[in-house]
Amino acid sequence: MSKQVSISIDGRTITAPEGEKLLWVALENGIYIPNLCAMKEKSHPSGSCRLCYVQVEGRAEPVTSCTLPVTEGLSVQTRSPQVDRLVKSAFELLLSNHRLGCGRCPRRKTCELLKMAKERGLKMKLFHLEPLEWPVEIDDSPKTFAFDRSRCLLCGRCVWICQEVAKVGALGFTGRGIDRRVGTFQELSLAESPCTECGLCIDPCPSGALYFKESK
Amino acid sequence: MTVETPYQERYRKLKDSAAAGEEALSRQAVIQVGMATCGIAAGAVPVKEAFVRFIEEKNIDARVMEVGCMGHCYAEPLAIISKPGFPALCYGYLDEDLVERLVEDYLLNDDPCYEFALVALEPNDVFPTLSDFPRGVHEKKIVLEHCGFIDPGEIDHYISRGGYSALAEALSGTPATVLEQVKESHLRGRGGAGFPAGLKWEAAVQAGGGTKYVICNADEGDPGAFMDRSILESCPHQVIEGMLLCAYAIGAEKGYLYIRAEYPLAVKRVRLALEQAREKGLLGSSILGSSFNCDLEVFRGSGAFVCGESSALVRSMEGKMGIPATRPPRLAQSGFRGRPTVLNNVKTFAYIPPIINRGVDWFRSIGTEKNPGTAVFSLVGKVAHTGLVEVPMGTTLRELIYDVGEGVANDKAFKAAQIGGPSGGCLPEAAIDIPIDFDSLQEAGAIMGSGGLVVLDEDDCMVAIARYFLEFTQQESCGKCTFCRLGTKHMLDLLTAITEGRGEPEDLEVLERLAWEVKEGSLCNLGATAPNPILTTLRYFRDEYEAHINEKRCPALMCSELIVYYIEPSKCSKLCSVCVGSCPTEAIYTRDDGLKAIDQDKCTKCDNCLKTCPPDYNAVIKLSPPGLLAEKEGGKGA
Repeated sequence: MSKQVSISIDGRTITAPEGEKLLWVALENGIYIPNLCAMKEKSHPSGSCRLCYVQVEGRAEPVTSCTLPVTEGLSVQTRSPQVDRLVKSAFELLLSNHRLGCGRCPRRKTCELLKMAKERGLKMKLFHLEPLEWPVEIDDSPKTFAFDRSRCLLCGRCVWICQEVAKVGALGFTGRGIDRRVGTFQELSLAESPCTECGLCIDPCPSGALYFKESK
Repeated sequence: MTVETPYQERYRKLKDSAAAGEEALSRQAVIQVGMATCGIAAGAVPVKEAFVRFIEEKNIDARVMEVGCMGHCYAEPLAIISKPGFPALCYGYLDEDLVERLVEDYLLNDDPCYEFALVALEPNDVFPTLSDFPRGVHEKKIVLEHCGFIDPGEIDHYISRGGYSALAEALSGTPATVLEQVKESHLRGRGGAGFPAGLKWEAAVQAGGGTKYVICNADEGDPGAFMDRSILESCPHQVIEGMLLCAYAIGAEKGYLYIRAEYPLAVKRVRLALEQAREKGLLGSSILGSSFNCDLEVFRGSGAFVCGESSALVRSMEGKMGIPATRPPRLAQSGFRGRPTVLNNVKTFAYIPPIINRGVDWFRSIGTEKNPGTAVFSLVGKVAHTGLVEVPMGTTLRELIYDVGEGVANDKAFKAAQIGGPSGGCLPEAAIDIPIDFDSLQEAGAIMGSGGLVVLDEDDCMVAIARYFLEFTQQESCGKCTFCRLGTKHMLDLLTAITEGRGEPEDLEVLERLAWEVKEGSLCNLGATAPNPILTTLRYFRDEYEAHINEKRCPALMCSELIVYYIEPSKCSKLCSVCVGSCPTEAIYTRDDGLKAIDQDKCTKCDNCLKTCPPDYNAVIKLSPPGLLAEKEGGKGA
């Protein structure tokens, strides 16, 4: 068993295994930190969603908690004006590229964006940014589930599951920059791709991008 | 006198044979034609062929040699003529006619045609040398020492000038000595961030034994930057020697030069250089007869800007998508194929041989205390003398632009210096007295970057410039993290709206806030520095943004949506109709009184009429905001 260290999150003293990433220590102790791309099983954090910022005592800039290993005496605040500003900004950026209409979304009960909004007092609407318009493309070729790109937040959970857990590799990241997408090789529909329709990727999806058809 | 080690002895033999070859050739006239990409683009190939042809025709005892870039790109094609009995002279702006004249008058008839010479390269009584010009006074060449004076395809040229002696000396000592010297030199990495090279190397040593790698980052991608390319094209061996010294210091036996595929000449010359070094026993197994083995090879990058970021570069070498990864671990702990890897810029490696040869104290005596050494810049844009320059750290931007670069071209007024490429910032006249070093530039909101310096004049709109650089970073964003992927897109959309006259007063606040958040929130340094062009232009040129938004006016008359072309009737002549022919859309018509006027509905603002209107008239002007047109046309009482 690894060495246990004592840390402080929002003034609460918590004992955790040394080297564990702060995000997981906080979540497992019932302290919420916004996150999308993090998966505990992944050996190297992706660090791509930029939502899990925390304020570490002794450091001027907020730090992403998914990359922060806990050490003895570590003291963090999950909220600070700087953290809130970055989270709010990242949230609005993601929202600007996400098809809203939560009432008709299959994920409305378990949506991570809605949870984040509730926990951090954010609104599901754009205040400063114009929405980026994309055509709605829904791939409903698999028998049991569908993939709605316009709701995808590019967290990469499904990609990792498909490649590392299901060992299928039907899903991957394609494109670059603003054209980065989750998709299949040569943009085939999922039914035409090597996808086995195992369905392992559906539950980890934090938004309404991947969903079982019956839940719609 | 210290005893020569076997490695030094072996090296001395190499050097003696190289020097003997040079000596034999020094009795004939030598013409060195600058044939880096800059020279070739300016027409050096026909110039070289003309030299060869005329020399053959006239049966002259002379040799034409290809060299790299000596930094005076504004005067390309360039050649240095060294004729026994005369000082070596550099001639610029060459073409076939001038070549014929030089061959005829100088090589055949001993008239050096001083009227065409730019500068002499050695002290003499007849013609000024580099040190007689302000540029020569400021310049201090360490990295560029041999560039433009040796044939990059001829390893003996480098060896006869002392090349690879640092390697021989290092092999005679221990790896720890090399590491200590690099650490003590306080050399900071020249890729842009300025991280101490010695500390990076030390981390790789401390990462333990086993396979390690050395990688040279030659994925230079900044628009307007060409330092690394010129160095690799002009003196590849200095970089190779620096990499070998690094490999020796950290215990690596394999290294790669990551060169972007858009640099075919650099790739070709480096590959040739590696081959020649291998033949001489300076690369491969048992280097100079020692137990040190190290081989280097070229890896061609596919031109993604983000692959200049170290973790993305390494991932792309592994066959993965070139996207940055979170740290830790640093590359020095776990880099290429999970092994400790030292990744440095081309220039960083090129500093190592001179540091080992001339010592740490010598190196630290150049530049400033915290920023020892020199800074290499590609000086481009609206500067009179564009080129590749190397000045000691601590030189001011003003000295660099006005003394080395000879000021702004075409007598225009200086507006800003864009330093550090798309990750850098724009500094105004008031801020160019700062010394060039990593820390001062960062304080001013720009960055050292890898060394691009673009001079902007009164005709450049700072909003459009910010938009240009942001468009570049937005297109080159890998798209992995939220802030860079979406933040750069929104910032670009806002800037586009402002330059097209659709900006709202609140856009400035949104833009500035977003810029700070992208800077603070992005995963890698490319995202974190992408907003710099916006932040610095907002800081120093906010009035231009406000004019675009509040008055729909572009003060520099550059943003096409905010200007109209107009022909001043008081200046236009009935006798001239050049503009009519120049207009591709037939927007210009002849009025009843014989003067010309523009049909605004047909005008595409191509600028042709303004360019072709004879200087005697200068009748075509640009107006901004477009509303001024009604005033003008109303004023003439039409």
